[in-house]
Amino acid sequence: MPQNAENVLDHFNLFRQPEYIELFERKKKEFENHVADSEVERVKDWAKTKEYQEKNFAREALTVNPAKACQPLGAVFASLGFESTIPFVHGSQGCVAYYRSHFSRHFKEPTSCVSSSMTEDAAVFGGLNNMIDGLANTYNMYKPKMISVSTTCMAEVIGDDLNAFIKTSKDKGSVPMEYDVPFAHTPAFVGSHVTGYDNVMKGIVDHFWNGKAGTAPKLERVPNEKINFIGGFDGYVVGNIREVKRMFDSMGVEYTILGDPSDVWDTPTDGEFRMYDGGTTLEDAANAIHAKATFSMQHFSTEKTLPLIAASGQDTYSFHHPIGVRGTDEFLMKVSEVTGKPISKELTKERGRLVDAIADSSAHLHGKRYAIYGDPDLCYGLAAFLLELGAEPVTVLASNGGKLWEEKMNELFASSPFGKNCKCYPGKDLWHMRSLLFTEPVDFLIGNTYGKYLERDTGTPLLRIGFPIFDRHHYHRYPVWGYQGGLNVLVWLLDKVFEETDRNTIVPAKSDYSFDIIR
Amino acid sequence: MSELRQIAFYGKGGIGKSTTSQNTLAALAQTGKKILIVGCDPKADSTRLILHAKAQDTILSLAAEAGSVEDLEIEDVMKIGFEDIRCVESGGPEPGVGCAGRGVITSINFLEEQGAYDGVDYVSYDVLGDVVCGGFAMPIRENKAQEIYIVMSGEMMAMYAANNISKGILKYANSGGVRLGGLVCNERQTDKEYELAESLAKKLGTQLIYFVPRDNIVQHAELRRMTVVEYAPDSTQAGHYRNLANKVHANKGNGIIPTPITMDELEDLLMEHGIMKAVDESQVGKTAADLAAIA
Repeated sequence: MPQNAENVLDHFNLFRQPEYIELFERKKKEFENHVADSEVERVKDWAKTKEYQEKNFAREALTVNPAKACQPLGAVFASLGFESTIPFVHGSQGCVAYYRSHFSRHFKEPTSCVSSSMTEDAAVFGGLNNMIDGLANTYNMYKPKMISVSTTCMAEVIGDDLNAFIKTSKDKGSVPMEYDVPFAHTPAFVGSHVTGYDNVMKGIVDHFWNGKAGTAPKLERVPNEKINFIGGFDGYVVGNIREVKRMFDSMGVEYTILGDPSDVWDTPTDGEFRMYDGGTTLEDAANAIHAKATFSMQHFSTEKTLPLIAASGQDTYSFHHPIGVRGTDEFLMKVSEVTGKPISKELTKERGRLVDAIADSSAHLHGKRYAIYGDPDLCYGLAAFLLELGAEPVTVLASNGGKLWEEKMNELFASSPFGKNCKCYPGKDLWHMRSLLFTEPVDFLIGNTYGKYLERDTGTPLLRIGFPIFDRHHYHRYPVWGYQGGLNVLVWLLDKVFEETDRNTIVPAKSDYSFDIIR
Repeated sequence: MSELRQIAFYGKGGIGKSTTSQNTLAALAQTGKKILIVGCDPKADSTRLILHAKAQDTILSLAAEAGSVEDLEIEDVMKIGFEDIRCVESGGPEPGVGCAGRGVITSINFLEEQGAYDGVDYVSYDVLGDVVCGGFAMPIRENKAQEIYIVMSGEMMAMYAANNISKGILKYANSGGVRLGGLVCNERQTDKEYELAESLAKKLGTQLIYFVPRDNIVQHAELRRMTVVEYAPDSTQAGHYRNLANKVHANKGNGIIPTPITMDELEDLLMEHGIMKAVDESQVGKTAADLAAIA
């Protein structure tokens, strides 16, 4: 065999040695029910046709690779945004392992989260005992300031009642009576991670503002000059929240970030393990009721939270993950209008720089065709930025997008001459996207890590923007909001264009007449 | 040892399902058959007449005490009663919490894994009321019970339940081997009960396997937590149960795939036999005052 201890081959090379090539050939022939290569090619080509696409879009009872995750994932995200808070998922351990690993693979940081470890017995008898023991253990072992409870499929199917369970647990002494245990029902089979974020954010706001599930008086709102900011489920949260704080500080805006996991997903290596770091303090979460207004950066992440906030008497404003000049303008101008604080000179200058950068590179992006998939708000923000750059977001797909998103997207397309040939696809999956990439070819695909399979199958170059991104490191540290964020996205778009141009011109004496130093 | 035969008794709650099944199985045991009864009802009353007990400790309650089902041994949950009939009860959660259906699944899996079915000729499942969810369909899923016997009477709701259970059987009949063995009518002394039961059986494509007449001796035996077969073996009623037991035994392989009927057809059937009157559509949804005004 080619492998030996003296000279260890990496798997890249090992499996290309003749022994392995022969072994794979044999396996294919003898064990894989191999059909003729020509037949494989025929079906492959057929799957690229309009005819196949029609069948694909007529699909009813099957989803292939949906670009969305389940509610509890978003629930954990939202919970981690509060000071010394541990997310407590009422359900089985495997579910929680998924949320933890999913976030850790994206942020390259440990993600603390506990489960009530429901087993077969709990499924039959209900999970009350798991809640009682789980809350007591969590409280005593991890010493959190707050435990934020959400659910999984199992607890929802058998109908466990969080409100009653938490009350009973407190009666039994699991945690002190006045201890904060906000909760939200987050069935994994309803909506997506975005819905789960919304439900937990709503649950926490409701807990602090509206009497802590009947255990404290409701807060009386005494309006002040502050504003609240909610980012929504966001893979760039580490960079974005810091950028938003910087922008608010430069304008002198008084604010509360409701839900800020930017520090806990970016702890320094300095010898101290931080299970908790940063986050919205519980005091700030309660006092947020007095704010003048609440700004949500992602409308579809806060569809239920904002009406609850509005019911306290605040004004609410929501955006669709603004990226680029116009989006940032609208956001900052609204903040300025509401707070009475002028947009700072610093930000005005940054705006000018972004416009300048766009103008410098405009020739390379103008008319480029893109396919985008991701969460509804992110898709909107990216499409809006592309239109602003003179590029065409030809295909925009959100598995967790609905009717309202479709309307908003169509309004956006109609607002720009570059949107004329663009179409959005709510509720579709990545197998639909695959067909579209064949029948409506584009220059680039924008999506998360899973898009690499589409890149492989269709040859469309993938630009990784979204969540999760597992196979490239540290992008979450860069903001995509604000003018600085716009600049980041612009650079990523351009990098991809230039890489492709280089790749297309790299063959010596064949295509290298355009293999230029200057682009 | 002959091949293991698995049967199940289904039927509306309160129809006398457990009484009928225990008496039939007691009679069957007297013919030398080795029998295991699996009670699939959170009430856990499917074995009391065999065990002379109030209610047996259930698999799930013992599992909850022990910590988990894995910690249980088969000896903990199985009791031996009249004529060496082996008895287990699955049990279930308190009303209003958890999932009783999942409990049935857990229990049956446990019994199979623990070899509870080894060395018996008959396994009989006694399942509560309507088949409200997948868990209660467990005995008819995955090639468990070969024949289902539906206990019913001449009342509207009992017949409605019988039809629903047939729908459940139909769902699994094609993928698995489950068949409807027949209807057992437990006499309630309603009008034309026998004819009605016969008609329903015909509509469902099956047979009325036995008409068990009403006799107070059943109650007398029950008060002593006994089957009639044990309490008064020479009584006529015990004879009926023995006949039923023989019929069930001889019915092996004769089950059918049922043809459940629609709600309208069921109502037509009741009207045909004069149990229900035709509804005047013009009066539906009208209050007494409305009707008085029209008249």
